[in-house]
Amino acid sequence: MDEKEYDVIIVGAGVAGLSAGIYAGRYRLKTLILDEMPGGVTKTAHLVENYPGFESITGDELAEKFKSHAEKSKAVIVNENVVNIKKEDDKFIISTNHLNEYKCSFLLIATGSKRKRLGIMGEDRLYGRGISYCATCDAAFFKDKIAAVVGGGNSASMATVLLSEYATKVYMIYRGPELKGEPVWNQRVLNNPKIEVMFNTNVTEAMGLKKLEKIKLDNGREIDLSGLFVEIGSMPAVEMARVLGVEITDKGLIKVTAEQRTNVEGVYAAGDVTTGSAGFQQIVTAASEGSVAAYDIFKKKNMKSRTVQTNQ
Amino acid sequence: MLNITASNIDKEVTNSTTPVIVDFWASWCGPCKLLGPVFEELSNEYTGKLKFAKLNTEEDGELAEKFDISGIPCMVVFKNGEEVDRIVGFAPKPALKQKIDAIMKNI
Repeated sequence: MDEKEYDVIIVGAGVAGLSAGIYAGRYRLKTLILDEMPGGVTKTAHLVENYPGFESITGDELAEKFKSHAEKSKAVIVNENVVNIKKEDDKFIISTNHLNEYKCSFLLIATGSKRKRLGIMGEDRLYGRGISYCATCDAAFFKDKIAAVVGGGNSASMATVLLSEYATKVYMIYRGPELKGEPVWNQRVLNNPKIEVMFNTNVTEAMGLKKLEKIKLDNGREIDLSGLFVEIGSMPAVEMARVLGVEITDKGLIKVTAEQRTNVEGVYAAGDVTTGSAGFQQIVTAASEGSVAAYDIFKKKNMKSRTVQTNQ
Repeated sequence: MLNITASNIDKEVTNSTTPVIVDFWASWCGPCKLLGPVFEELSNEYTGKLKFAKLNTEEDGELAEKFDISGIPCMVVFKNGEEVDRIVGFAPKPALKQKIDAIMKNI
């Protein structure tokens, strides 16, 4: 097998990809994981309090643990992004943005999801000038200032609570009628005197000349503030799957079997990008999907080599 | 890599005859940690044309505030002590190189 040929290439080094890497490496599959930004969305989570074995750990720390565990299990992680994939005979040829080419027999798509943007006026222009998509990175810049978080799920609640440690006041602006995260996080928001939650409300515009100064709401109200954190969920990243002819649902997710197989022979998918785990997108379910995929690849590869041996 | 602080910013940035790119970062920022090695690698490709430096926003918060940094990683390009452009967020090496080249063309 040539140096750049692998049994399995995993695209995406979030939890699903790294977990698959841990299992695949331990099954002695020659494994490569490609990702320019290893760690995935876990890396920017403020606190993870629902991953078994860790009562409370920062997302950054947990992501680093997954990464070093995958490397210890002999999976190779390379910081490159995939720009093209094609199938030649029964191998996949993957080209990256660093102009390298890799070959593999099995491909696992674990590309996760991309953060959703609000799509409002001023959002692009004021990104990094008050508008942020990473509360753990930027909360500290809003010491003694006023900030707002858009969203109503767990990550929005976490961002709001984290910001309240710095800011004098934090608005949480949500389009729905009640918070939809875990009760423990909802309570932390609702019991915090610095936080004001605005339900059934949308932000329609971000304003400010050189930095964010004000936002407009759809109820006509305007709020003067310095920071706006967008935590409204994410969209599955399926471009690569489309190229390969992988079946994608109306919701934009890759359709997988219980073994994490897609409709294309040799192509698997795991994590937030799939229909797996009943659509429950969690660190624990992504880890599980990655391990199931690696196990199925291991079985398939053994079956293949057995067939080759019998034929010889 | 050159580390910018309150005590050397005048010499290394404000009065620098070479344009400077300063990477504002913090230890609690995951994307900043990913950017670190990419920024370091790129620094070798602009020797003599663009000076690469880092600024820790935890240690020099008032400098971050002075330059209106409110989202990191953020790379600010200075020429003759004035900000000419900035790049916000992590970018992979080829994309970051493209962005820096585009800025360099205009200055």
